[in-house]
Order: sequence, then C-alpha cells, then structure tokens
Amino acid sequence: MTITGKEVEHISQLARIELTDAEKQKFEKELSAILEFVEKLNEVETGEVEPTTGGTVLENVMRPDEQTSQDLEGKSAELIGSFPDKKGGWTKVKAVFD
Amino acid sequence: MRLNELTIKQASAGLHQKEFSVTELVEDCLDAIKRENKNLHAYLDIFEDAADAAQKADEMLGSKYQSVEMSNGLPSLFGIPLAIKDNILIEGRRCTAGSKILENYTAAYDATVIRKLKNHGAIFLGKTNLDEFAMGVSTENSAFGPTKNPHDHTRVPGGSSGGSAAAVAANLCLAALGSDTGGSIRQPSAFCGVVGLKPTYGAVSRHGLIAMASSLDQIGPIARSAEDAALLFNAIKGKDAFDATAVASDNSNQLPAASANYNFLKKIKVGVPKEYFIKELDIKVEKVVRSALEKMEQAGAELIDISLPNMPYALPAYYIIAPSEISANLARYDGIRYGYRHQADSLYNTYALSRQEALGPEVKRRIMLGTYTLSAGYYESYYLKAQKVRHLVREDFRRAFDKVDIIVGPTAPGLAFKIGAKINDPVQMYLEDIYTVAINLAGVPALSLPAGTVEEKGVRLPVGLQIIGTWFSENKLLKIAGAIEKILTP
Repeated sequence: MTITGKEVEHISQLARIELTDAEKQKFEKELSAILEFVEKLNEVETGEVEPTTGGTVLENVMRPDEQTSQDLEGKSAELIGSFPDKKGGWTKVKAVFD
Repeated sequence: MRLNELTIKQASAGLHQKEFSVTELVEDCLDAIKRENKNLHAYLDIFEDAADAAQKADEMLGSKYQSVEMSNGLPSLFGIPLAIKDNILIEGRRCTAGSKILENYTAAYDATVIRKLKNHGAIFLGKTNLDEFAMGVSTENSAFGPTKNPHDHTRVPGGSSGGSAAAVAANLCLAALGSDTGGSIRQPSAFCGVVGLKPTYGAVSRHGLIAMASSLDQIGPIARSAEDAALLFNAIKGKDAFDATAVASDNSNQLPAASANYNFLKKIKVGVPKEYFIKELDIKVEKVVRSALEKMEQAGAELIDISLPNMPYALPAYYIIAPSEISANLARYDGIRYGYRHQADSLYNTYALSRQEALGPEVKRRIMLGTYTLSAGYYESYYLKAQKVRHLVREDFRRAFDKVDIIVGPTAPGLAFKIGAKINDPVQMYLEDIYTVAINLAGVPALSLPAGTVEEKGVRLPVGLQIIGTWFSENKLLKIAGAIEKILTP
C-alpha cells in the first residue's frame, strides 16, 4: 500500500499539523514503508475472530456520582496559570466561527 | 562503597540500623548526579531540594522512630531516593514528556503512583529523559537531546524510559519509575543492565501518566534487583477511582512463603517460544540467553518448547493500534489550554502551526499514521483487523500458560546500538520492539533481567532476559526472577 502526496496533505489537515514541502515528501515515503510493513496482517485469517478492544475484560466500571478527592480543589489558579493566553479566568482563543 | 550504589533493600536496612542518615544517602545521589549527569543526560530536571526532604525525614527518624525497634514501623520506601520518568506528574514540578510542546508545563497534581510513593516515604531526585511522549526505543527522540548508555557513551540507553534505566545503572538513584507501551521499560533495562518490570495491564493506575496509547500503557519499576522491583511494584499497584482500568491486585498467583534457601526454580515449567529465536536475533545475544536457560535447567527448571504462532503479527498489529490511539490522545496538544501556542490569525492555524513547531518528527509520524488508519474507508482494513489479530495474540499466551508457569526469551534482538545508527529508518527502529509488543497487546506482565554481557569493541554490553508471566502474577514472576538472578550472578 502506498500513500500519495495528496493523501499526506489530507491527513495533515485532519491531524491539524501544518507540514513543509520537505516533510510532505518525507512522510509520503515513510508512511508508505510502514503501511507496507503492516500489510503482513493480511496473511492472518480473522473472519470469525472477535476484536479485542482494550487491555482488560472489564465492562462498565461504576462508582457513586460523588466527589472522591480534593486533587484539584483550590488549584484553579494553577490550571488557569498554564493557559498560553488568558483574560481573567478564561483561556483566550481566536474566533471559532468566522 | 558509596551509598548511592546500594539497593533499596540494603539502604533500608542501613537506615533502620542507623548506620547512615537519609541526608547522607540523598547527598551521595545528588553528588553522583552532579558529577555524571552532564555526560549522561539521564535527568532533565534535578530536584536540589531533595536534600530538604531528606532532612525532614531525618528529623522524623530522630523523634518518631528513635530506636532501632521503632524503625520497624517505617513505611517500606522511607528515605529512598528515586528518579521519575518525565511523563509522570509530580505536583508543582515541570513535566515535559520530552516534548517542546510541554517545555514549560507545570503539573497541578500528583499522579496516583507519586501519591502512593510519597505515602511510602520515598524521596524524588528529579525527572528523567525519554523519547518524546514515550515514542521511541533510544531516547534520541527527546526534544532535549539523547541520554547516553552508561556502559558506552557512544551508544543509546534504549527507550523510551532510557533516562530512568541509565540513572539506575549509573547509580544516580536507587531505583526509578518508567512507563511501557510496547517495551519502553524492558528494552532500556536490557540495554543498561538493570531489572525492569512491565506490570499486568490494570495492575497500576495511570492517573497522572501522560497518555500515549491507552489500551497498552502501564507504569512500572526499574531497579537494581528483582527484590527492589517487587518493593516498588507493591507500593504503586492497586485499584484507583481515577483510572477505571486499574483493579485490586489478585494475590492468588503468589508463590507460598518459603525459607530464604527455597529453590523457586525447582520444577518450574519454563516455556521457550520458537518464535523468539529467529533470524533477527543477534547470535551473540542468543548465546547469552541460551546459556541462562541452561543454568535454569541445571537449577531444576523444566524447559518446554512452545509456539506462539501469531507472534510475527504482533509488531504490525501494534504499529496500527498504538498510532491510532496516539492520534486521538495527542489531539489535546493544540495550544489552547496548556503548552506551546503559536499565536496565528485563525483558530485552525493556531492548532496547525503550534503542532508543526512544537512536535517532533516521530510524534508527527505516528499521529499522521494513526489519523490515516482511523480515517473513513480504512478503519476496517487497519484498526479493526489489528484488533482481531490482537485477540489471537492474547489467545496464544492464554494457551501457553495452560502448559507453563513462565515464558522466557530475549528482551531485545540486539545490543545497545550506536547513537544515530537507526534514526533515519523508522521501520528498523520499530523492529527493536519485536519481542516486547506482544506482551502489551496481551496485557500480561513481563520483566527484563540482566542475563550476562557481550564484549563489543572492548566494552562489555548487557543482555536482557525477558521473563513473561500470566495475568496478575507479578509477585510469583518477581520471586522466580530473584532466583534466576542468583544463579546468573556468580
């Protein structure tokens, strides 16, 4: 399976990563090589096999809907402090809608 | 012998017997760090104030635990100086994950493992280097420069927990925490000649671990002996309301208590999978591993040839599943709530330029790959297919553990390689994980134990023996590892 330059551009938009022309060329080559490598999976017959979706066999882990920790209690200043740009207690971003 | 060269067991005994103080122990570590870290680059941040924590601990020793008898009541890691991989949050400390995008990020809370270690009395010396967001096998992907292998400074320490493994091997701490998604604790432990355990998926809470691939990530100990690894593992394991996958450890797989001379290897059934002894395995590494197996047999273990037929498909399945989960987990690094932001003219450009400028090549590669394999039209042929193969890999282990107690093979196919040797070939780099990723896919625990060394151009380089156990059998695995350790170190 090879991947085209156009596909690389499309993926970079979906992934929200701007790429330089040099990066585009590099990823076209490297991603194609990796996809060729994973192609080996097609040798495996998996018709009736159930997919394993996670690391455990747990289902629906429940807990009471109550505050269980003071982990972030009183930490709002630290959390707001890590905003790259802010106004008062709010993170400041460019307009979402034009 | 300097105090920084002690095991946790020895240091605890010394503190209990009042042979030395916590301050002396911590100062020896800080001195070693000051001497060695500029060459090794094992630590990204050094906590000079560890000396203050040591002084507080000594004050407690002087009052609450005055006599030797009283010190039996000390918590299991009291006064023990540890290093922490820099993708695990410690409140008030910088946590970079080896990435420029988090270069100035300060953690607002403690990871569950950190809270537990603090409750056990441990002292933190600093944060260790890693491949950016734990993606890599050499620490060369760290945005802050590679860590050197303490055995040969021209070689890599392995990765991604290379800083932690190097710090333990070079006596820059007594033990450390790492994280393992596809081999990131075991492979650097093998390259640096230390003991590293990846626990069962669900044995240790990941709350406060910077997520990479959530169905695979585990935190585990890196130490100088199996006994030390057990001490750390038992301090950090257990159920946690903040990580729904973390469960209370089942102790049914522990070996019965036995006298110090009990031979844990007697009549143990050891599975030797033929899929581990393949053409990719360096013949010098194979020789060391085979010799370790022979010694185990002489000590009473029964070697049984087994097959894990889907082993060859584990690595390709991993390189679909891990990047897919990575692409989702790393969407949060968008320059909005924390980390690096490029102030652009539009929201889209803020995301796209922040990520372009502050994420490294391997991280971009995996996000791109995962975005592709999850995108419309490809999900079934890649992600779903890989999850089905994952099921088959897991079944291989389940069947094997019906017949054997442990599975043993090499940790990595080769020795620590030269810095720069593989950096331009991602697929070659990925092959480093050929023996480790299947274990993460199956969720079983495994550890790497020093098996011996190989001489390479006048330097002795360590070889790791990988010992795999069934789900939630860590304590049995660590006891067997302790017994193997005794017969391998003369």
